[in-house]
Amino acid sequence: MLTKRIIACLDVHDGRVVKGVQFVDLIDAGDPATQAARHAREGADEIVLLDITATHEGRATLLDTVRRTAKELFVPFCVGGGIRSAEDAAQVFDAGADKVSVNSAALASPALIDAIGRSFGAQAVVVAIDARRDPDAKDPVRDAQVYVQGGRRLAGRRVVEWAREAEERGAGEILLTSMNSDGMRTGFDCELTAAVSEAVGIPVIASGGAGAVEHFVDVFGRGKADAALAASIFHFGISSARSLKEELARAGVSVRLPC
Amino acid sequence: MRVTVIDYKAGNLTSVLKALRHLGAEAEVTDSDLKMVEGAERIVLPGVGHFAATGRLDATGLTGAIRAAIARGAPFLGICVGMQWLYAGSSEAPEQVGLGHFAACCTRFSESHEKVPHVGWNSLDVRSGSRLLKGVEAGEFVYFTHSYKGPVTANTASVTEYIEPFASAVEQENVMGVQFHPEKSGETGLKILSNFLAWKAEGSGC
Repeated sequence: MLTKRIIACLDVHDGRVVKGVQFVDLIDAGDPATQAARHAREGADEIVLLDITATHEGRATLLDTVRRTAKELFVPFCVGGGIRSAEDAAQVFDAGADKVSVNSAALASPALIDAIGRSFGAQAVVVAIDARRDPDAKDPVRDAQVYVQGGRRLAGRRVVEWAREAEERGAGEILLTSMNSDGMRTGFDCELTAAVSEAVGIPVIASGGAGAVEHFVDVFGRGKADAALAASIFHFGISSARSLKEELARAGVSVRLPC
Repeated sequence: MRVTVIDYKAGNLTSVLKALRHLGAEAEVTDSDLKMVEGAERIVLPGVGHFAATGRLDATGLTGAIRAAIARGAPFLGICVGMQWLYAGSSEAPEQVGLGHFAACCTRFSESHEKVPHVGWNSLDVRSGSRLLKGVEAGEFVYFTHSYKGPVTANTASVTEYIEPFASAVEQENVMGVQFHPEKSGETGLKILSNFLAWKAEGSGC
């Protein structure tokens, strides 16, 4: 039986793992290679490394970080942040990533999704969507808006429509981050996740808001997510992938338990 | 252990090479050296993406070289599209013929309420006698990402359920294939690759 994936996410700034609340107020949370290896050992199904500053800064540090992190990692490894061209993607793949996640650059030039998919296969292209809903909107889910540049600027696209276009262009997965929930530890945005998951035929990874086991149970059920990203729940030894999965299994969610 | 990894421009080889080298194999890569392939100690054919990409194996003459190596008894492992290529063909690219080592054809998952591609960790129901999957226990998982799959036949080494039962591994003597990505399947995947690297013809006395 296909299991629900728990993905450990490392937000990286200048080669260090950091954690923020609603995309600001960064705190140092360790070395990416060490953290990735630990998460994989404890049962994380996949590692995502997001270079949260890459849109503005250099690439050399990131490639070095990717290389070091990939070296002893034998689970899927996705890298995002500042990938603007198929050439940028090629460098990240050469450094050891299995997938790249594209965000701002794909909105600026949607053909980037097609280009990376053609060269490396759809399974290697994850389209990351930073979504914010306006609680006062007439239909907050359907009208949820896409943001770019680390959540700093409105992209002028609706979330569900952009997800559908990404799939048509050859994205292999959607990584949906709720900016309203990010870092709040109050639960995923299940309504928005379900709306996107029902609109596309590719897997949707829910992100933003994980704080307790029931949040994962909820997003895999009501949220129809195929995978869920956890960052703050794992940092600082609060919870491990192993304990999270053991509790999920007890709650009836199908997961891969680490050996 | 020497392994020749074939590059036919179907995706990135970094992860496969990394896993093989981690297990102590000396991995060499070629996209056109027919002599190297014909005389290979063992061959890995990775591959992600579209079945049509395997056309490059015919265009470069690699298909013939691989056929010769297999006939000589060299252990061969196809991964993902590399496994599908062992069949007669795939409905993903009907004009492109496969190696035809296994007679059946690969087809897309049937329409259902489940998503296609099949992405994530799923289990293996290992058939007894598989040498490639030796030591893989119930409750172990491997990582898949694919939309097409081979049917369950007499040569199926393991069956996986997603929408319908399909061949997650195939094995006939020295010719083996896995639909999943052992290089991305943690300790279970490394164990399977290690079985492949240790594979020797039975009764060869070595």
